[in-house]
Amino acid sequence: MAVAQNIVRLPVWRARFVLAAFLAAFAVLVARSVYLQAMKTEFLQEKGEARYSRVLEVPATRGRVLDRSDEALAVSTPVKSVWAIPGDVEASGAQVRKLAKLLDLDTREVSRKLAERERDFVYLKRQLPPETAERVESLGIAGLYQSREFRRYYPGGEVTAHVIGFTGVDDTGQEGIELAHQSSLGGKPGSRRVIKDRLGHIVEDVESIRRAQDGRDLTLSIDSKIQSLAHSALAAAVAQHKAKAGALVVLDVRSGEVLALANAPSYNPNNRTNLSGAQLRNRVVTDIFEPGSTMKPFTVALALELGRVTPRTVIPTANGKLTIANYTIHDAHPEPALSVAQVVQKSSNVGVAKIALGLPREQLWELFSRLGLGAAPQLGFPGEASGKVRPYTTWRPIEQATMAYGHGLSVSLIQLARAYSVFARDGELVPLTLLKSPAHAAGTPVMSAETARAVRDMLELAVQPGGTGARARIMGWRVAGKTATAHKQENGGYAPNKYISSFVGLAPASAPRLVVAVMLDEPSAGQYFGGAVAAPLFAQVTQGALRLLGVPHDAPLVPIELPGEGDDAREST
Amino acid sequence: MAKLNLLLLLVLIACALGLVTSQHKARKLFTELEREQMRARELDVEFGQLQLEASTWGLHSRVEKIAAGTFGMRVPDPRRVRVVERATAPAAGGAR
Repeated sequence: MAVAQNIVRLPVWRARFVLAAFLAAFAVLVARSVYLQAMKTEFLQEKGEARYSRVLEVPATRGRVLDRSDEALAVSTPVKSVWAIPGDVEASGAQVRKLAKLLDLDTREVSRKLAERERDFVYLKRQLPPETAERVESLGIAGLYQSREFRRYYPGGEVTAHVIGFTGVDDTGQEGIELAHQSSLGGKPGSRRVIKDRLGHIVEDVESIRRAQDGRDLTLSIDSKIQSLAHSALAAAVAQHKAKAGALVVLDVRSGEVLALANAPSYNPNNRTNLSGAQLRNRVVTDIFEPGSTMKPFTVALALELGRVTPRTVIPTANGKLTIANYTIHDAHPEPALSVAQVVQKSSNVGVAKIALGLPREQLWELFSRLGLGAAPQLGFPGEASGKVRPYTTWRPIEQATMAYGHGLSVSLIQLARAYSVFARDGELVPLTLLKSPAHAAGTPVMSAETARAVRDMLELAVQPGGTGARARIMGWRVAGKTATAHKQENGGYAPNKYISSFVGLAPASAPRLVVAVMLDEPSAGQYFGGAVAAPLFAQVTQGALRLLGVPHDAPLVPIELPGEGDDAREST
Repeated sequence: MAKLNLLLLLVLIACALGLVTSQHKARKLFTELEREQMRARELDVEFGQLQLEASTWGLHSRVEKIAAGTFGMRVPDPRRVRVVERATAPAAGGAR
């Protein structure tokens, strides 16, 4: 018992104290875990994820532009841009010199840029080829960074410049097809969240924040062989005739495709320093001009269609003079009388004016608008001109007469070429496209097939000896077409010695395949008649294009005797 | 009862190990997929560059210059060319 009494009895409060202490410690732990798990959970999860998950940019490439045989006309390829944080840059003088040399910049300029310590970001050079960028990287300069960008290259250079246009430094379209099809060509960069391991490998795709969308490739109707031929022939003609500018368009009348579209002067879209507005202008689509005699066949077609005349009807042309309300219309080849076919062949202003005066003006206006004049040709090209055709209610008789031979209204070259598809397609106007679509396109009927064929015969007569366009003929194929030599409009009047010479024609005449329209602005090397300046250019391009397309011959292969220095080519509009 | 529990425990352990391995395999395959996709992108870029190069070398003006200059070639006289129309296909494609 004594032993039992010797047992030390600890006070009860000590055990309770320890218990309480443990409980308190547990309570703190529970509280802390509740705090972390329930209240701070989002923040902590975020922090945790940040250790292994990354948001990656998914780059998207801009679509390529291809010609009809899938040859590349515009391709985007990655390039590097070199930038620096000036405050962090540590580079010796030698390194800076090497850097400047690699970047093709002035050493002082580079040093000045790197010395701007207060700036956080400065581009040294954008769009470097990847090889140069690698060499810059191997210099090992601290504070120098590179970022990936895309640069667009145009292998065709100035040959296809006006069709394709170009993109800006941020790879968005600014001109031509690049601008018109920006939404489908341009890719949309995306981003996604991934999990990376400690070696930097991506081990899991967590989520796609935004899907990257690569731009779609675009196949144009342009045939780069014909385009190249058209470009070089046009540039040579512009130089030879000292013209201010020139334009040319080749259409496939079956499908309505634009096979070639050339302008001079041109520019190199790969290097666009010192660009002038004149170089950038796309005269085929965006410029309008008074067409002159190339309008005559339409007036004649309407007269035929309404049954007012037949190709053999004789029109008294009064020795080349016709006065309407103190304005006199002249002919370059005065004749007492011409048949309707000869009026077109000899390009008689008086003859066509007389025919036009006998036609109801609303019908003439309706023909023009059905031919697509005065409305944009819906090519899907930026800045398409719609031309000017005034409403017929405001026409005075003299204006009706001059409009019959292409003065007092203006059109773009492509509108004119398209209007001529009516003669090539037996009365149907073909819709145009710049995208490859080789199937036969349904046209809109404008006039009867008989009328169209009759005018086509007249146009063929116009390129025979005795017509104004004899130099448009080519060996092996029959062609048909019309010349024009129009005075240029200046300050509200007509400039006496400035001309726009043009030729619109179709070939082969037996089964038309192409419409080719050419225009030279202010040829000033002596010759300026459409028949002497524009017709040979038409012949050169048409012959080449027919050969490249493999169109069967429809004329005997005998050399063509060209007329002498073109008295027949003389015309006054 | 204890036997069954033991069996279930073994199955559980096997499953857990299986999960770990398959997860590991999945990650490895994913890395590989990622690498291949990167390669595809790089090849696409290279394809574009090669297309560009082909177009530049095959520029018509260049081909013409070399043909006419180095090889003394010229466009045949139209009289010596026969155009044969394909019997079936429409003439749209022409002589390609």
